Order: sequence, then C-alpha cells, then structure tokens
Amino acid sequence: MSTATHKLLKGATGDWEMVIGMEIHAQVTSNSKLFSGASTAFGGEPNSHVSLVDAAMPGMLPVINEECVRQAVRTGLGLNAKINLRSVFDRKNYFYPDSPQGYQISQYKSPVVGEGEVLVELDGGRSVTVGIERLHLEQDAGKMLHDQSPTMSYVDLNRSGVALMEIVSKPDIRDAEQAKAYVTKLRSILRYLGTCDGDMEKGSLRADVNVSVRKPGGPLGTRCEIKNMNSITFIGQAIEYEARRQIEILEDGGEIDQETRLYDPNKGETRSMRSKEEAHDYRYFPDPDLLPLEFSQSFVDELKADLPELPDQKKTRFVVDFGLSAYDASVLVAERESAVFYETVLDKLGNRARDGKMAANWVINELFGRLNKEGRDITGSPVNAEQLAAIIDLIGEGTISGKIAKDLFEIVWQEGGDPRALVESRGMKQVTDLSAIEKVVDDIIAANPDKAAQVKDKPQSLGWFVGQVMKASGGKANPQSVNDLLKSKLGI
Amino acid sequence: MTDLTSLTLAEARKGLAAKTFTSLELTDAHLNAIEAARVLNAFVMETPDQARAMAREADARIAKGDGGPLAGIPLGIKDLFATKGVRTTACSKILGNFVPTYESTVTSQLWRDGAVMLGKLNNDEFAMGSSNETSCFGPVGNPWRRDGSNTTLVPGGSSGGSASAVAALLCMGATATDTGGSIRQPAAFTATVGIKPTYGRCSRWGVVAFASSLDQAGPIARSVRDSAMLLRSMAGHDPKDTTSVDIAVPDYEAAIGKSVKGMKIGIPKEYRLDGMPAEIEKLWSEGAAWLKAAGAELVEVSLPHTKYALPAYYIVAPAEASSNLARYDGVRYGLREQGKNIIELYENTRAEGFGAEVRRRVMIGTYVLSAGYYDAYYLRAQKVRTLIKKDFEDCFAKGVNAILTPATPSAAFGVGEKGGADPVEMYLNDIFTVTVNMAGLPGIAVPAGKDAQGLPLGLQLIGRPFDEETLFSLGEVIEQAAGRFTPARWW
Repeated sequence: MSTATHKLLKGATGDWEMVIGMEIHAQVTSNSKLFSGASTAFGGEPNSHVSLVDAAMPGMLPVINEECVRQAVRTGLGLNAKINLRSVFDRKNYFYPDSPQGYQISQYKSPVVGEGEVLVELDGGRSVTVGIERLHLEQDAGKMLHDQSPTMSYVDLNRSGVALMEIVSKPDIRDAEQAKAYVTKLRSILRYLGTCDGDMEKGSLRADVNVSVRKPGGPLGTRCEIKNMNSITFIGQAIEYEARRQIEILEDGGEIDQETRLYDPNKGETRSMRSKEEAHDYRYFPDPDLLPLEFSQSFVDELKADLPELPDQKKTRFVVDFGLSAYDASVLVAERESAVFYETVLDKLGNRARDGKMAANWVINELFGRLNKEGRDITGSPVNAEQLAAIIDLIGEGTISGKIAKDLFEIVWQEGGDPRALVESRGMKQVTDLSAIEKVVDDIIAANPDKAAQVKDKPQSLGWFVGQVMKASGGKANPQSVNDLLKSKLGI
Repeated sequence: MTDLTSLTLAEARKGLAAKTFTSLELTDAHLNAIEAARVLNAFVMETPDQARAMAREADARIAKGDGGPLAGIPLGIKDLFATKGVRTTACSKILGNFVPTYESTVTSQLWRDGAVMLGKLNNDEFAMGSSNETSCFGPVGNPWRRDGSNTTLVPGGSSGGSASAVAALLCMGATATDTGGSIRQPAAFTATVGIKPTYGRCSRWGVVAFASSLDQAGPIARSVRDSAMLLRSMAGHDPKDTTSVDIAVPDYEAAIGKSVKGMKIGIPKEYRLDGMPAEIEKLWSEGAAWLKAAGAELVEVSLPHTKYALPAYYIVAPAEASSNLARYDGVRYGLREQGKNIIELYENTRAEGFGAEVRRRVMIGTYVLSAGYYDAYYLRAQKVRTLIKKDFEDCFAKGVNAILTPATPSAAFGVGEKGGADPVEMYLNDIFTVTVNMAGLPGIAVPAGKDAQGLPLGLQLIGRPFDEETLFSLGEVIEQAAGRFTPARWW
C-alpha cells in the first residue's frame, strides 16, 4: 500500500484515524441469471422474469451460467487478482421472502477470485493502492413491495437469482475521499471490462462500508458496517458521520458495539439496523446441488488475452504517446465513454502525433466544460467525435485560429454540420495572405503614431497592437504572422 | 383370460407386442386392483382418466409399431416426483394441493418410452422415514402378514407406497427414491426388487429434494429383469441436474442371465452385527452359497468404517434437509398459516405443515450446521463419509466385483411398533443400506427367502460405481435360486 497522506479527524483527545474496508456488490452483466435461464432485464413487470428455479419450486436445481463465471474471471483479471481454478458454491441459509430458496447460493470458503489490488488516484497527483481480499459470485435477492396493499407485503422476484460479484477490499482505506475514489475507480474498471454496468441508481452497484477509528498507528478499533450504500456522495457522508459518531463515543469513555447500520441521507446520519447479537447464523455449507466450480488455466488465459485495455494502461499510453499530463489523462480515462470519445477523435485526426494533446485539451476544456454546464453526459453530446476532430484539424493545419475555432465549436454545437464546410461557407478561414495582413498592420500603426513610438521602450505594449490587428481582421488573421509583421514594422 | 395384474413387466410387454391384450385392458385391470386395495393406502392420488388416455395412446403407438420400450406398461409414481398437472405433495401437508407445471426428468423419460401413469404413491413425508408412517396421508399397509396374524405390517419406507403397490399387484412397477435405503428396505419388506443406482445415474430434476448429495431415484419392480427394464428408461444424463453424470445408459436387460462365473463377491465382516437374528444370518449364507454355486468366488472383505455410517448419515442427511426444506415457507405455494408478521407466518406454516419426524430432522440439521457445531458434526461427518467411500474403493481395488449383505436387520414390523419412544430404533433399519448412499454406489435388494413367521427377507448387493449391470446379473442368480414370492391376498 502506498502512503498517501490521508485525512485525520480531530477529537477532544487528539487526532483519530479512520480504517475503512468495503464490500461492493456488483451486478454481473449477463443475459440470464446465475443459476437459471431467466432474463436479467431491468424494469419488467413484477415477477415477469422468474423461472421455476428462481421461484424455488420443489425439485428445481441450479445450473451455473458459464457467462457469469467468465465475467467474474475477467473482473478478477482486471483487479490483478489471483484466479482460483477451483472454487465452491455454498448455501447461506436465512429466511426472508425475497430469498425463495430459504438460502442464497454464494461462495464462502473458496471464492472464484482471491487477492488483488486497485490503484486509486486522488487529487493532487496522490494515489493509494487498495488491496482486494476476494471476489465471489452469489445470487441477488428479490425485492419486497410494501406499498401495494394495506395489509400485506408483496415480493417481486425479477432480480432474485441475478448474478452478483461481491468484491471485498482489505481495510486499506483511510478516509472518505479515498473511499469515494476507490468506488469510482472500481466502477470504472468494471465498466471498462463490461462486467457490470455500474449503474448505482438502478442498484447495479451497491456498497457495504466497514468503518472503525483508532489513534493513528494504534490497534484496530471495533467496526460498524454501513449497509447498502448506492451513491458515492452518500458513502462519503456516511463515513464522515459514522467516524465522528464513533470518536464521540470513545472519547466519552464508551465502547463501540459491533453492529450493522443504515445511512439516512435525509438526516445525514447512520442508525442501528441490527446488533452483533441479532446477527444471523447463516449455517454456510457447500451446496450439494452444485459440483465445485472448476476450470483450466487455458480458460483463464483466453479470457486474459481478450481483456480490453483498462484505465491504468490507457492512461499510461495517453501520457507516453500524446504527451498528456497525468492529470488530463486521468480525466479522460475515468469514464469509459470519455476515453472512447477521445480515442475516436484521435482516430479521425489528420495528424495524431501533432494534435493529440490539443485534442485532449479540447475534449476536457471545451467539450466537458460545455457538457457540464448543460448537465449532459458525453453520450448526449451535440458535437460528435468526428466533428471535433475536424475542428482540431482546422486549427492544427492553420486554417483557423484557436479563437475562431471556439466560435466554430459553438456553431456546430448549436446547428450541427461539417466544420470544414462551415469554415468555407461562413468565411471563417484564417488570413495567412501576408499582403492582406500587412495592409491592416500599416493602417493600425499609421493611426496610432504615439503608441508606435512608445513600443520600443515598452515592448509589452506590442500585445495591444496584436489585439487591434486581430480585431480589425475579425479574428481571421494568423496570430503568428501578425506578431512577426508588427515586430519588423515597429522595429523591435 | 388370466389376471393381467399377475404378469411381470417382461411378460406384459410380450403380451402387448403379440396383441394378446391391449394396454387399455392391462391398465383397467390395474385400476380395478387399485380400487379394490384402497385399504392398503398405497396410492394417495389415482389418475384413472389420465391412465386410460395414456393407455389408448400407447395402444395406438403399438399398433403403428412404434411403441417405446415400456409402451403400455402401467406404473405407479412416488409422490416425490413432480408430475405436470397432477398433485404432488411429497406426502406433506405443507405442499397442500400443489400441482406442478412441470414433469420430473425421470417420469418424463418413462412417458417418452410409452409407460402409463396410474397415480401417485404414498411415501414417508419428504421421504423421511423407514416405515411409511410419517406420511400426511397415513400409513401404508404391507400386503404381507405374519402367518396366522391379522396385524397390519408396514411396507418399509420411505417408498412404502411403491413397494406395497408393486407387491400387491396394483402396478407393474413403480418409481421410488433412496436417500438411506428408501428403495431397498421396502423392497426387502415386500419381496419386491428395488435398485438404487449410482449417484448421478438418474436426474434429480423435478424430484422433491430430501438430501441432495444422497438422493437417487430408482425402480421397485416384481423381478430383477423388470427393474432392469425400468432403470434403463429412468436413467440418463440431464443438463438440468449438474450432479447427473454423462455416461451412456447400457442395455441393462442384457445383463440378465449373464454368467457370474469368476466374479469376486465380498462378504463384509463388519455387517455381521451382534445379536443379528439367526434367520438373517442364514439367509445371507444361503445367498452366498447360491452365488458360489453359479461360479462366483466368495471373499471376506473389511469395510472398517461401517459402524460410523449411520451416525454420520443422520448428520449429513438432516443438514441438507434443513436447508432443502427452507423453501416451504408459506410464501409462494402450498400451505400458508397466517401470522401477525412474516416470522409468525413462517412459524405457523412450518409448525402446521411439517410432521414430527420432518420437524425433528430440520432441527437436527439446523443444529449440526450452526456456528460452533459445524466442525464437530457436519465437517466430521463429511470426513467419515470420505473414509466410508475409501473402504469401498479399497475393496473394489482388490478385484471385488460386488458385495453381498443382508438388506435389512429384520423383516417387516407392525404399524406403530417401532420408533415411538426412540427414533433411533427406527433409524437402525437403515444400518445395511446407508453406507451405499454415503459412498454413492449402486445397491440392489432382491427377495431371498422368508423368516419363521412367513415374512419376506431380502439380500443386498452393492456394486462398483456405474456397474449396475453386475448387480442385475448377480440379482438374477439369487432370484432364480430363491424363487419369486407373492403375498396371499387379504384385502
């Protein structure tokens, strides 16, 4: 683990350090459920995606969906983790109507993926490595509907049996910022891999957060688990609240009860859900309906060979190939769609080596800036990658200036169209014809004899002349030519 | 015309093919027999309309010359098998009037091969029992009685309905399941033939689960040949059951009459129990002598971990059962007893829906899997299981082809005679059979003689994995030597 500085919380007795570990439940992207052929489509009529197996009818048996296994292995590879060629499915026994079998099929002692790690970038170029303890496959539960009848609760089993990956981190996270960055990074990796859509609003990605506090470097404190967080912002808030709650108790001479808590975003606080004494005894044991999950190293190798480029690799490539700053590269690779957009721009560029970095600036500053302002995301951008590439080509080859390019970007944003054609039809071409620029330069100097006289003593006032010429040319004059001409005419 | 119900399946097949009689006639004869034998309580659901429709269809297929291997043969189906559109309860109140929308793989293969369903057969609730007394439909009567006695005896369990119906000539054969002896013990109690094939030989899909790692379907029939014919249709790989094995199903009937000369038959010394009735001892020796006379070689073998099998079985089976039966919660199907909240609904439903033996096993199973006890009970029982399996492997590695043992420690007993005060008294019935389930091996029970009171006794042959054929060959030798036994009709 790298030693990025982290936030300590001030208490009456001095500083406190947070120790945080997370269990992320990521819904596996697959067409059918983990052990049945039922569809995993989101949003169907209640109980419309339920097979006999999902409803736990008598005599029904689970059959492993191999695609879900492949997805878990891909994810393990993406987390630089050990892939276990033999793993075991266990039954986790508990009664609840959203669990029709009366047990969840999960992996307890032998998970499909073992230890790995994730590099998490933080602000200011800092980073921290968070260890992965394990990843295992398990069934999701159904959904209780409590608002359909005044006297009864209903249950929708559409989600029951959908495959989840539970990704358990080591307690390597030290503050809320790191926790949020960890979830963000993990989500990004899953989305790059295509193994989970990462949609937290739909519940495709949920986190249980374990929080404890201690004096820096001291022994570990008792932890509380905050269940079922489905927003990165709330995760941050919940950790801050929970850590302060624990510090307050400890500083008052109390003890932390190991318990499960829920975060209430409206009140901004966590509250107890169940204590350790009320914790279930899940009576895990190997599921006798399923043989151990076994596959060969070549199965893993084939999946590895087909793995897409992941954010860390992509970032490195952007820095090395296009001279991007580490920061810019991180911004571009953070979301898979952004990276794809940028790379499509690169593909369309006339001269990638020359303009790759400029393209990054444009994507980050102009495009993202504008999208953010309008609350849109990249997939809804009015300017597509091909159009943006054309604008950058026009700048790179000197046809338009950067300033004109911004106007052109605005036109394309508002009206659409082929940037190259727009430059022609609207006369936006940069004037590189020296004689035309020379005339304007001469006119400006002639009209401002005082300033022309002063400029030898005050070379910084050259900028004023450049501005005047550019203004007179409607921004179309080539700024470098203007600069050169002014300097020779003014004798500096 | 002779009574069609007295034919063996093999004889009936001949008669059907020769058009001596039709499947409809054969089916009607059995439906009449069922009606006349309701006092036995073997059937919990009779399906005469469906039976006649299936018989007509079979007759049509036979007429066209494309009748399957079991075309027109009327069978009874243990109520543990899901039958599409026909109530399936596992003889538990908790399933209420549950009607599956699906057909178990095993029964669908029987229908594929032309068999006719007469109805559903009684069994111990969720197959938990050795006397068929735990059924919510009440006990089943054994067609056999002690000489000069009117006492109703149990047919054994859990496939008591299957064994009773086959012995009483109510069906030509029946499906059954065996988790610790539930095919072989009732077969022995009723002078029928029952085979539990190798674990993985028959699909468990659509069979109400008791203990998944031990449950296996098999037939109960009137002769060794009949059981071979039935197993051939029931067995086979099923992608819907990942524990079923993808090995081709041999023509088991071809093993009937095959020479057993030179086969090595193991006699395990650990099965010679203290206080074993002399007539069981005698039966066992007789069986060995018959096999020897047929050219087999007898060798004493040792299965040293046998004595741990029953205790270990009564940990593993309830553990799995406690989890398998969790789905009967009153939420989606079957019985529901309302409560003030969901916990009460569970408690009321399960208290009302499960009988005493099932509740006992659910509680034992929950206990042995719980935190702090898992290692001492469940894990240790699994280790014992591995040792038991190894005992058999060592034995087979020495060239032993099959092992001969008694099927049960006694003949059938009276209804209410056993297990009232001490459930272990009942569990001891499975002493010779559970090892086979723990090791996943095939085992066949064949009638071999009678005790002093005129009750049938059976012998068990245990085979190598997926070598059911040897069991049929050897079973046939015993059947030929011992003859077949039919109870005197009293019902």
